[in-house]
Amino acid sequence: MSDISSANSFSIDGQRIAFTPGQTILEAALAAGVYIPHLCHHPELTPHGSCKLCTVVVNGRNGSACTQKAMPGIEVENNSPALNDRRRVLLQMLFVEGNHFCPGCEKSGNCQLQALAYDLEMLTPHFRHAFPARPVDTTHPDVWLDLNRCVMCELCVRASRDLDGKSVFMLAGRGAESRIVVNSPSGLLGDSELSIDDRAAHVCPVGAILPKRVGYAVPIGQRQFDAAPISRQVDYLARRHIPIVPVTEELVK
Amino acid sequence: MNAPLTPRKLRVATASLSGCFGCHMSFLDIDERLLELAALVDFDRSPITDIKHCSQRCDVALVEGGVCNAENVHVLRELRANSKMVVALGACAVNGGLPAQRNHLDVGQCLQQVYRTPDGSAAIPNDPELPLLLDKVYPINEIVRVDYFLPGCPPSGDTIWKFMTDLLTGRTPRIEHPLLKFD
Repeated sequence: MSDISSANSFSIDGQRIAFTPGQTILEAALAAGVYIPHLCHHPELTPHGSCKLCTVVVNGRNGSACTQKAMPGIEVENNSPALNDRRRVLLQMLFVEGNHFCPGCEKSGNCQLQALAYDLEMLTPHFRHAFPARPVDTTHPDVWLDLNRCVMCELCVRASRDLDGKSVFMLAGRGAESRIVVNSPSGLLGDSELSIDDRAAHVCPVGAILPKRVGYAVPIGQRQFDAAPISRQVDYLARRHIPIVPVTEELVK
Repeated sequence: MNAPLTPRKLRVATASLSGCFGCHMSFLDIDERLLELAALVDFDRSPITDIKHCSQRCDVALVEGGVCNAENVHVLRELRANSKMVVALGACAVNGGLPAQRNHLDVGQCLQQVYRTPDGSAAIPNDPELPLLLDKVYPINEIVRVDYFLPGCPPSGDTIWKFMTDLLTGRTPRIEHPLLKFD
């Protein structure tokens, strides 16, 4: 592309998107109000590239929109049946890998994994369930941990390390044995430096890290993804920031 | 597109395996539309009829609940063998549901815990009339092939209605926002 008007723009599914040099494809798309499915991306944290849901086709080659920089004139394919089919399979793999029993999860309605599955019309997890039996950690006075719901996006790892400066969480193990571990002598959350005021305590996109005593406080119908599918909440996705004020105080009024 | 509705009524079987009957209640939540539906479908074996086994080949089997014991397996296989289309109705049938939270426990120890008598012994029912529990609770698609999934705990009456009307009018069923829910 040589024309000046396209110097700082590219196209997604034929639509022109202006960008600021340095922005990733995903950042530029969200800023322009264009939705690209994603789970491990958060506007306040460095890109990660683990969920692969934001996979797009850039000039004919697959790439993660969250890590790939926007370049002048590139042509990005995003909302195609083929890509969405693959995204649905990725979601199904995440669902069978953990115990995602939404009917009994406090995060239901506010969960990005669930909202993505709704949006991509995932009717079934399809694959054989792993039914993991990872212990639930309730040792912390204000926060509890159910790693059977963890999708290993490492948002908590990044928030704790980069925003809170505490490095409470880390990914350990390899392959199917990978799991989040807690940085404390006993490995328990209660013995770590995590505080309910930490941003890491509120960044989890699923129901793995939850504040205690506030479950089911929001009526059905008023939860984040009740009113509109996640794909129509681009503004929320682009501007959301991790609460610094504990959720507890906001909700227990 | 303009083909008339099939003159023959659709034959529908329903069953609850390791279910709570909530999905059947949600089905009844279509309220007066049940009368409309009754004109278009016949019910075969179902908790709402007195038919004990599939009396003839059914078009659709709506299956609620996961598979938790031996009898569930028999019922599910009978429905599969006698139905053109098996539908997983509700979260339990789709992924095991909340009953599958027992899957990280030992089933023997669960029975010991529940049937323990005051003197500390465990009188676990052992009459052969009673079906044995499986080691785990399974989604129905891990036992038989499933043609369609209606998630939700339970799927709403409107969701079930959308599915049935899509089917009756020959459309590929489509469940999307706001009818698609897992909770």
